Amino acid sequence: MADTRTGIGAAVRRKEDARFITGAGRYTDDIDQAGQAYAVFLRSPHARATIGGIDAAAALRVPGVAAVYTGADLAADGIGDLPCGWLVKSKDGSDMIQPPHPPLAVDRVNYVGEPYGVVIADTLQAARDGAEAVATDFDELPAVVEVATADQADQIHESVPNNQCYDWELGDRAATDAAFAAADHVASLDIVNNRLIPNAMEPRAAVGDYDAASGVHTLYTTSQNPHLERLVLAAFVQVAPESRLRVVSPDVGGGFGSKIFVYAEETAVIWAAGKLRRPVKWRAERSESFLADAHGRDHVTKAELALSADGTFLGLRVNTIANMGAYLSTFASSVPTYLYGTLMAGQYKTPAIHVEVRAIFTNTAPVDAYRGAGRPEATYVVERLVETAARELSMDPAEIRRRNFIQPGDFPYETPVALTYDTGDYEASLDKALQHADYQGFAARRAASEANGNRRGIGFSSYIEACGLAPSQVALSLGAGVGLFESAEVRVNVTGSVTVITGSHSHGQGHETTFAQVVSDQLGIPIDDVEVVHGDTGRSDYGLGTYGSRSIAVGGSALTRATEKIVAKGKKIVAHTFETTDDDIDFEDGVFSERESNRSMTFAEVAFASYVPANFPLDELEPGLSEKAFYDPGNFTYPAGTHICEVEIDGETGVPTIVAFVAVDDFGHIINPMIVEGQVHGGLCQGIGQALLEHGVYDEAGQLVTGSYMDYCMPRADDVPSFTVDTTVTPCTHNPLGVKGCGEAGAIGATAAVMNAVTDALGVKSLAMPATPETIWKALGSAA
Amino acid sequence: MRAGNLWGIPGLEQSGEYLIQAPRERVWDALNDPAVLRQCIQGCQRFDRIEDNRYATEVKAKVGPVSATFRGTVSLVDVKAPESYGLELAVNSGPAGFGRGTASVTLSETEQGTLLRYAAAGTVGGKLAQIGQRLIDAAARKTADGFFETFAGIVGADPAEADAKQATVDSAPADSGDDRRKRLAWGVGLALLFVAALFLL
Repeated sequence: MADTRTGIGAAVRRKEDARFITGAGRYTDDIDQAGQAYAVFLRSPHARATIGGIDAAAALRVPGVAAVYTGADLAADGIGDLPCGWLVKSKDGSDMIQPPHPPLAVDRVNYVGEPYGVVIADTLQAARDGAEAVATDFDELPAVVEVATADQADQIHESVPNNQCYDWELGDRAATDAAFAAADHVASLDIVNNRLIPNAMEPRAAVGDYDAASGVHTLYTTSQNPHLERLVLAAFVQVAPESRLRVVSPDVGGGFGSKIFVYAEETAVIWAAGKLRRPVKWRAERSESFLADAHGRDHVTKAELALSADGTFLGLRVNTIANMGAYLSTFASSVPTYLYGTLMAGQYKTPAIHVEVRAIFTNTAPVDAYRGAGRPEATYVVERLVETAARELSMDPAEIRRRNFIQPGDFPYETPVALTYDTGDYEASLDKALQHADYQGFAARRAASEANGNRRGIGFSSYIEACGLAPSQVALSLGAGVGLFESAEVRVNVTGSVTVITGSHSHGQGHETTFAQVVSDQLGIPIDDVEVVHGDTGRSDYGLGTYGSRSIAVGGSALTRATEKIVAKGKKIVAHTFETTDDDIDFEDGVFSERESNRSMTFAEVAFASYVPANFPLDELEPGLSEKAFYDPGNFTYPAGTHICEVEIDGETGVPTIVAFVAVDDFGHIINPMIVEGQVHGGLCQGIGQALLEHGVYDEAGQLVTGSYMDYCMPRADDVPSFTVDTTVTPCTHNPLGVKGCGEAGAIGATAAVMNAVTDALGVKSLAMPATPETIWKALGSAA
Repeated sequence: MRAGNLWGIPGLEQSGEYLIQAPRERVWDALNDPAVLRQCIQGCQRFDRIEDNRYATEVKAKVGPVSATFRGTVSLVDVKAPESYGLELAVNSGPAGFGRGTASVTLSETEQGTLLRYAAAGTVGGKLAQIGQRLIDAAARKTADGFFETFAGIVGADPAEADAKQATVDSAPADSGDDRRKRLAWGVGLALLFVAALFLL
């Protein structure tokens, strides 16, 4: 019999999929306005150059071209820089250096693809022809590409000596040094965390509209975070005040972080719409996405783990150079610091940790949060290092982890790197993963592979992440420019259906289903009576969008607070109707009932009564049934788990095949297990992609040579195995749903598991990512 | 499991040779004959002298998904009629990127005819580097082969027939002020430009 449950915990089919799979989704590029013009951006072909002059005369003669604007035009109109929203301080207490970041470059360009002008025309073709007719005189300068040596190279920004944005540290250096001095063994690794290019299925797009009658600017754009977009465009870029600026993120086809940020293109589009008094549309071509979406990862790290002879972790020392690209993107500074250094304890009781991170500018696309944002990089450091230590001490990789795990009795556990984990049971996930992976049988499987001339390896990754971003008090004290709470509104309509308005944004996560499940469960009404609205600053009060696996943990908690208020108000209405007190009213499964009586009212009856207030005592009881809540979490949430990857490598060709991948995750309570499994699958694919396939590469001149799917290898279905996904549950202790979030875990855990397996198979200490067949084949030769 | 990225072209280089069934002087002359070249070259829209041995050019070219008109300059160097020639090329097209490079051609006499050898090297930037780089080598070779096939067909053919073909297409502006050497220069330059341009674009 089909499962007809729709409440919390039920695998409800996604409500939104009906429109997506029938082509009825409404994405930004589906929005057309009367009289709309089209924008094509002028982009630098050089990694670093001064702009001698821009001759737009020929472009303006192209039939249909309405305008050509350059960075100077925006500057002259008072359009401000694109700001970075998180102030990180260096070791010496000084603020990070934020170089000027005009939406359109003015005198110089600093990466290939940087926009320095925009051509706007009646048709897209005319805009393209116009862009081709613009003659720009560049004086090329030597590009700074290599991040590890960029501090010795030419200075990119006048205000940034040595190209260094900040030199940050976290943890206790003296205690860590002492731990190393006392160690029996030190395991060390040099690690490059390869640059990734996000590649959401839907490219970024924007439609700017200006209503001359009201003076309201409306921006439709592919943002994970429309209120932040509005805030930045109003307060910093100064396109229009928030009261006359509406930002709508309609259906959005994936983001993975890359659509959190406020970019040049939508800024120019909304500004130009006001300037030209007509709607302006832009949609990125895929090659523009490669060049100008914020990239991810790109760290160079030296890490060392101090151990006693029995494998107990004594200290961890991490030194990282993080590539910021040419400018600071919206949250770039926080990614390699507060989302990275703070995770270095992992699941372990390492008593002393010291992390140093230097953020460096290069002539490459800006780097910012990408699925996991800092935490995949941290997990990669910790879990590669732990595996290396196990091999060097000839310990079982599961045992060395088990020996060092924080134990269930240790919570709340304060790490040496600023976080307090509220709950977890790491051994439970490890044990379950070992069973699924048939760890006992691995030796026999390896022998069988070797008998066939192949190699086989197994790799672990016991990751932790801090998500549910974020307690505002903590974030603000660490330099965040905005609070990180979430809002929710529950509007009960007259006949009992419910409209839920959330500040979270769904761009693939399935909120229209999971949030409806939460409300349906809490109000005891059919799921089809719940409509979830999101992504429109004109409809919701405020919101902080979706990233950092925060939607259910923070947005869902806000929603819960709002439904609690609805129930409380409903009790008052029922108490008034029955002439009793609300303490005597119970609410369960959609029915308000008076205790020790047979009188009751359904949710729909209460809704109707609230809007038909025949005899409400108006000084005590307002009409209507609509409540809002703002929820600020008390702590981060800490999803954690163990991933185990088993690979077989063809001994002749070096081709790796992932023969099994087990992910056991603790996400706390789960609203919709089917959606959670889908999120894990997607994350695993991206984590595996980083390990084996993906790499954003610039050549010595700063040209992006992996700028299309010819050269940037995205994972496909046949690159990944059929995953074994399971969960353990320790409910989050500080939010009302006991949820932790699942959006990033796959990408955080998988990469280290894959590389631990590949290096295990090859018998090498380390291997550069992506571990392509060529890289592996060369290692086969050197290991033989 | 598919292969990961196969990037890592260490710089763009290409060379080739063609045997043309005609004496070297005739090959040299034909290489410097705008009418012959126009039959062989696709997409070259403009080639104007801006000073001695320096020309402004415009080539419409397509490499994979990159299609654009490239404008730039070509400079002729080390002209040694009828043996060898070099050129330096810089072109750009705003949205499609830019290319820079050098090329050289030598003609040597053999028993079978004239052996033409060319070599080109260069760099590209912008969209060309981003999405055309992998395709450039094959595209350049294919088009260069097409060029020389046509060229050899004309030059190696009966002179009268070649003249007839020439007459039908000879609409190039007369460079009446130039001496023969200069005409040779721009003709060879155009040929080399095209080889290099194919390679670069």
